[in-house]
Amino acid sequence: MSTLYPDTEALTARERTVLNLYLVTALVLFILLMAFGLTMRLAQGAWITIAPNIFYQIMTAHGAGMVGTVALASSAVMWFFLRKYVRLSLRMFVANYVFFMLGAVLLLGATFIGQYAGAWTFLYPLPVHSMGVWSAGAAAVFMLGYLLIGVGFLLFYLDAMLAVIRVYGNLGRALGVQWLFGGTIDKSHPATVVASTMVIIVNSIGILGGAVVLAMSLVNAYASNFVLNPLLAKNLIYFFGHTFINISIYMAVIAVYELLPRYTGRPWGVSRPFLWAWAASTVMVLIVFPHHLLMDFAMPRWAMITGQVVSYASGLPVFLVTAWGALTNIYRSGLRWRMPAMLVILSMFGWAAGIVPAIIDGTISANRVMHNTMWVPGHFHFYLLLGVVPMVLAFMYHLIGERADRPDRGGDRLGFAVYFLGGLMFVFMFLAGGHASEPRRYAVHAPAWMPYDRVGSIGAALVIAAMLLFAVRICHGLLRAPSGSRASLNG
Amino acid sequence: MTLQDEVWWITLAGIGAVALGFLYVISQAGRQAEATQVQARAYAIRRWFFLGLIVLGVGVAGATLAPFPIPNQHAASQAPQVVKVVGNQWAWRLSPGPIKAGVPVEFQVTSADVNHGFGIYDASGRLLAQTQAMPGITNRLVYTFPQPGKYRVLCLEYCGLAHHGMRVEFDVIGTTEGQS
Repeated sequence: MSTLYPDTEALTARERTVLNLYLVTALVLFILLMAFGLTMRLAQGAWITIAPNIFYQIMTAHGAGMVGTVALASSAVMWFFLRKYVRLSLRMFVANYVFFMLGAVLLLGATFIGQYAGAWTFLYPLPVHSMGVWSAGAAAVFMLGYLLIGVGFLLFYLDAMLAVIRVYGNLGRALGVQWLFGGTIDKSHPATVVASTMVIIVNSIGILGGAVVLAMSLVNAYASNFVLNPLLAKNLIYFFGHTFINISIYMAVIAVYELLPRYTGRPWGVSRPFLWAWAASTVMVLIVFPHHLLMDFAMPRWAMITGQVVSYASGLPVFLVTAWGALTNIYRSGLRWRMPAMLVILSMFGWAAGIVPAIIDGTISANRVMHNTMWVPGHFHFYLLLGVVPMVLAFMYHLIGERADRPDRGGDRLGFAVYFLGGLMFVFMFLAGGHASEPRRYAVHAPAWMPYDRVGSIGAALVIAAMLLFAVRICHGLLRAPSGSRASLNG
Repeated sequence: MTLQDEVWWITLAGIGAVALGFLYVISQAGRQAEATQVQARAYAIRRWFFLGLIVLGVGVAGATLAPFPIPNQHAASQAPQVVKVVGNQWAWRLSPGPIKAGVPVEFQVTSADVNHGFGIYDASGRLLAQTQAMPGITNRLVYTFPQPGKYRVLCLEYCGLAHHGMRVEFDVIGTTEGQS
């Protein structure tokens, strides 16, 4: 019998309040930003009319907001499970939230008051070269918002880093590198610690890279004679941006390692392939970013080849360790089909299937005709909307299962079906648009592209409807006190 | 079959294979078997799967990287035709002169302000080739137009308010037309 809610995961009243703040904020932002996404697809399909400047403001807020919100929700997953093994500071977790909210206010203010519409990628020198559409001040406020969010996450990671080192001696031992080439692996070494250590190392470096380019861009906003090398700036931006969004998946996947075994009743311990996968990912996530610059022909050839080859190699840990491990854990396990388990399985499918179009786009010869078409949002929405968000939702549903009289309801399952169907419609219409050479980030679309936009809009509306249902149910559950008796799988 | 078609069908096949794997496991999830036996068998299969993916990855990388699909940016131009391209918010400027079909043309692409994406589309709306247009940097894109006709340039890197309207049309003539 597996315990669904071990005592080591019990929350104090303060911890529960902070965690609820994270999760409710994430749900509200997800729905708001999804509504922005739907608005864009409706406008592209000419079902509604919005001015291009408003479209690009919405696009900027949607991109920056979603990246931040996914990271916020994923960091809650990491915090919740990692604190079982190391002593994390609640104050640092709160500080991350406060910095995030301050940053979010600046981002939204810069976008909708300052009319900043330089996209979430703030590619130099667009933020300070808007042709009078927005001011350098608005761009600076936007970038300052990023810096605040980065500071919050850095505090969270530094606290986690110290906590991990206190228990395991150093980051290498926490990552399990001592067992890569031999030795008897301690099967009780937590997968959560391995994953969290990788996240701490990679995203701390990624955020520092982002801080460098943000600081340089901020100086440039007010001292125009301080000129950046645009190719260097682009490299730093994608190094930071790719790492930051990618690492959100690696934070959220901790929910899969922790929760799936409880619903299958089977352990999922660390193994040598598992440790190799995470050690390799630690390096690969940091060096794969040149696949965003394959059409920048001025890039060194070795960097482009690295971008393609590491894109391929990055798929191996996902396919062979996490997805394969999850399927092995499920196979003939007598799985209990509850919402967290269903969402975990969906997330594994979304991640594994979503990297297929991503890897193909990482091939230089394919990138020549797919880069910056709708293929790109097609593949990243695949593993974010059908991968990471279901991981986070699985965590939330697991949490409220403890606090609910009845863990599952028919409405949840209907919501799951609607989310899955809508999500598939939504992402496949992006991919189909990319196949038809439809450019991304266009406020106005040619009639030939509109069928994809319209079917995609219907898919987006279905996803939002399901998310609304999930959000109401989860928020209601989160705000209830946990039940007196702890549930068990067979209980 | 266009390159886009190949990408599309390979993607559908890959996603379909992943979906079939999940559906099979899901169909078996309700039954029960000894965990150690399942793991032993799954991990044995995984070794072969790993080897298969390695062979596939190395093969595809080798086939798609040699010859390298992007022209050497530092070597002297071998293309008989050269077109200078400058992107600026929100228009393209192409140096005048006929472009002949069937003969390689080198587009020397740069930007006067922000990042743009120089994407060449045919009359049917299919993207043929692209490179980034960056301030202070010239990217050299070599392409051979298979047939004469009207072609369009669309911007493929977000560049501000009128990004979607940044386009220009140009003609490609037959090899004999320029001589008449």
